Amino acid sequence: MKSFVRLVSALDITNKTTQKLEAIDRFLDEADEQDKLWLLALFTGKRPRRNIHSGLMRQWAIERSGISEWLFSESYSSVGDMSETIALILPQPRENIERSLSEWMDLIMGLKDKSEEEKKSFVLESWDGLPATERFIFNKLLGGSFRLGVSSKTLINALAKRYDLDANAVAHSIMGDWKMGEVTFEGLVNGNYSDTQLSKPYPFCLAYALDKLPENLGNIGEWQVEYKWDGIRGQFVKRKGEVFIWSRGEELVTAQFPEIRDELLRWRGDFVIDGEILVIKDDEVLNFSELQKRLNRKTLTKKMMEELPVRVFAYDLLEWEGEDWRGKAMDERRAKLEMLFQLNPSSHLRLSAIIPCLNWDELTALRENARDMRSEGLMLKHRQSPYHTGRKKGNWWKWKISPLTIDAVLIYARKGSGRRSAYYTDYTFAVKSEGKLVTIAKAYSGLTDKEIQEVSRFVNKNALEKFGPVRTVKPELVFEIAFEGIGFSTRHKSGVALRFPRIVRWRKDKTVDEIDDIEEIKKLIK
Amino acid sequence: MITFLPEGIYCEAGNFYIDPWRPVDKALITHGHADHARRGMKHYLCHHYTKPILKSRIGVDIDVQSVGYNEVIRINGVKVSFHPAGHIIGSAQVRLEYKGRIVVVSGDYKVQDDGLSTPFEPVRCHEFVSESTFGLPIYNWLPVWDLNKQLQDWVLRNQTNGKTSVLIGYSLGKAQRIMKAVEGMGRLYVHYSIGKLNEAYESAGIDLPDYHTIDLREDVRYLDKGIVIVPPSLWDSNVVRKIPNQATAICSGWMQVRGARRWRSADAGFAISDHADWNGLLEAIKATEAEKVYVTHGQTSIFTRYLNEIGIPAEEVKTAFGNEEEDKTLLSHEVSPSHEQPEIN
Repeated sequence: MKSFVRLVSALDITNKTTQKLEAIDRFLDEADEQDKLWLLALFTGKRPRRNIHSGLMRQWAIERSGISEWLFSESYSSVGDMSETIALILPQPRENIERSLSEWMDLIMGLKDKSEEEKKSFVLESWDGLPATERFIFNKLLGGSFRLGVSSKTLINALAKRYDLDANAVAHSIMGDWKMGEVTFEGLVNGNYSDTQLSKPYPFCLAYALDKLPENLGNIGEWQVEYKWDGIRGQFVKRKGEVFIWSRGEELVTAQFPEIRDELLRWRGDFVIDGEILVIKDDEVLNFSELQKRLNRKTLTKKMMEELPVRVFAYDLLEWEGEDWRGKAMDERRAKLEMLFQLNPSSHLRLSAIIPCLNWDELTALRENARDMRSEGLMLKHRQSPYHTGRKKGNWWKWKISPLTIDAVLIYARKGSGRRSAYYTDYTFAVKSEGKLVTIAKAYSGLTDKEIQEVSRFVNKNALEKFGPVRTVKPELVFEIAFEGIGFSTRHKSGVALRFPRIVRWRKDKTVDEIDDIEEIKKLIK
Repeated sequence: MITFLPEGIYCEAGNFYIDPWRPVDKALITHGHADHARRGMKHYLCHHYTKPILKSRIGVDIDVQSVGYNEVIRINGVKVSFHPAGHIIGSAQVRLEYKGRIVVVSGDYKVQDDGLSTPFEPVRCHEFVSESTFGLPIYNWLPVWDLNKQLQDWVLRNQTNGKTSVLIGYSLGKAQRIMKAVEGMGRLYVHYSIGKLNEAYESAGIDLPDYHTIDLREDVRYLDKGIVIVPPSLWDSNVVRKIPNQATAICSGWMQVRGARRWRSADAGFAISDHADWNGLLEAIKATEAEKVYVTHGQTSIFTRYLNEIGIPAEEVKTAFGNEEEDKTLLSHEVSPSHEQPEIN
């Protein structure tokens, strides 16, 4: 498992893509076929179920290390991760167990039918045969919740580069529905188990933010205006009777949206559509936070599909009956897209509406009200524009509404672990609620190092209570918090959830009396 | 025999302070790190090896007297001697004996032998003042040999990939350990704040590998593919970022924890520390057979609670030593080699 441990550690620590690629390359050099296959399996979520409760592991670690419960808890609050705390707190290993990743995985999967006693002796023996870093990874593998510090894109690019393959084809192959034991690493990467050409998406065409007055864009008649939606941008590929849905992150997400897939399977024609996935209920676009609930679930229940029905707003047509249409003009592609919708009366997919507009002033007013539609603003696309690869200035513009902001007061500050325990870097903010304070958002970024130091000094001097690494502080420091959207939420005490909250600036000019009131903030929800 | 005053740790019978943080007449200094050896004392007393460090850091014209390890001197009737603390070169535990009562103020210490500092020697006493920087059971260092091996493998890997190895470690103690660990592996460059302290090591007769002193304000392209050691205050600074093809590693005990490693976003982290780890602290404290332990800087409350739990009476003491709450080195990017920030690791 040494190579795998080295890979995980390297991916974990560096944030340079080149270093990550080097680490992946090194692993592929060193590991055997089975281990490489396991890397892909773990990465694509094909991991065995957790067979041992984490509470038991904690209890065994406390027993084995001979420390008190409270000391374990203090250690945990300093480390911030159960698997790691256990790995660090146990005595040094007395043996050295050398097993490959696949051997470990086989043993871990074999625990399913074992008694608790057998499980315990397996875990204790393993702990005693692994140094701390390997123990940590062993604990993570046992826990079934393993995350590698690399994006699917980086991993796929590394594989594609090494084996001289097309990155999208690799993505299709490894993201697909394969099982350990039924495939080989080489066969999988080379796409032997699937027709990768069939799913191939195109690079998304991206827009720049409008950086001038719209009047400077010339005649409004040359522009196709649509709403900009805050959902998941997707590409809907249908070829030879198969449907593939790609997200903008070039991840294959077909399985997450079965209702869209099933409808497209019934459609006539082969095509590639660019569109936005949104939750739309009773003709109303719901907040992104609702869509989020449906993402990356192990199982998608029928109830969830009924409560959070997804729909697609179709923007563009990139391919029609096997022919690449991206070079054709927007007008022409739109006409074909409309034809496709006439051919296929649809309930789950709709055309993205074109906003008729006679002059820029009228459009400016429309943009002001875009939030009422739960839209992020407007999209301006030149009627003669091709479908570009990536971001290109001039033909497509996004004209977003400005973010919402509120003034809130700092009430909790949290230290991290280890070295960063010296400073408070995570903050929780509150606003007024019936003369009291109610938590509204957590924010992590947005301050300079100097400001973090200053806030930390304030926290040290004004801490009211201590809960592990968290301090409650005297409500005094006011910050302006910006966010992209706001929705009602039953999970938050305040009753609202903010999307992408971040600190804009420290309002040293304001006092706690001047912060916003929750009732006023709720009025922002539309 | 000792009291904790706003000026520092005070010995009333002898009328002197140990590592005071405010100006006093007579200061006994355990070691040369800036949070223990501060400017402004009328008279300093330290180990021979610490003397050139104090002169280099505080000023050549300070009044310093120095002694060897285990050499007993008398100050106003108090028997005073310095004993190896194994922390850095010249670091000492100060032993005080008066009317049959013995107190040891240990400053910073580690029980591992790093090959450069005189190895730690336990001293029996009635009262022991101990640091607790890494006083949590998650901190357990690997043997020095293994740590050096890790470091060497990393440098070798960088050389194979055509990279410049940039190592970050405190200029006094850590930097010299790193130099020894990578000795003979390639061209070795150290920041001039480290170079200045290397002279103190050399004057104590310690052989360091050949190195070049660099000034990062100059063109640094010639550093390409070499091994470069810089102090933490320069971490992530513009001058360091200019070093071509770099892979960076932080050498610090805090690197034991993944969150800390990730947060600093270096390319590697090595848990190499000049402080005692959890078991080191316990081993050292038990060896003193002290009936009372004063716990200073670090994980004071947790460590104190634990000592009391295992039957060693302990008390938390607030000092101005490397206190994590006041740690200014963490986010400081200032370049001030002559006034280096407190060494807290």
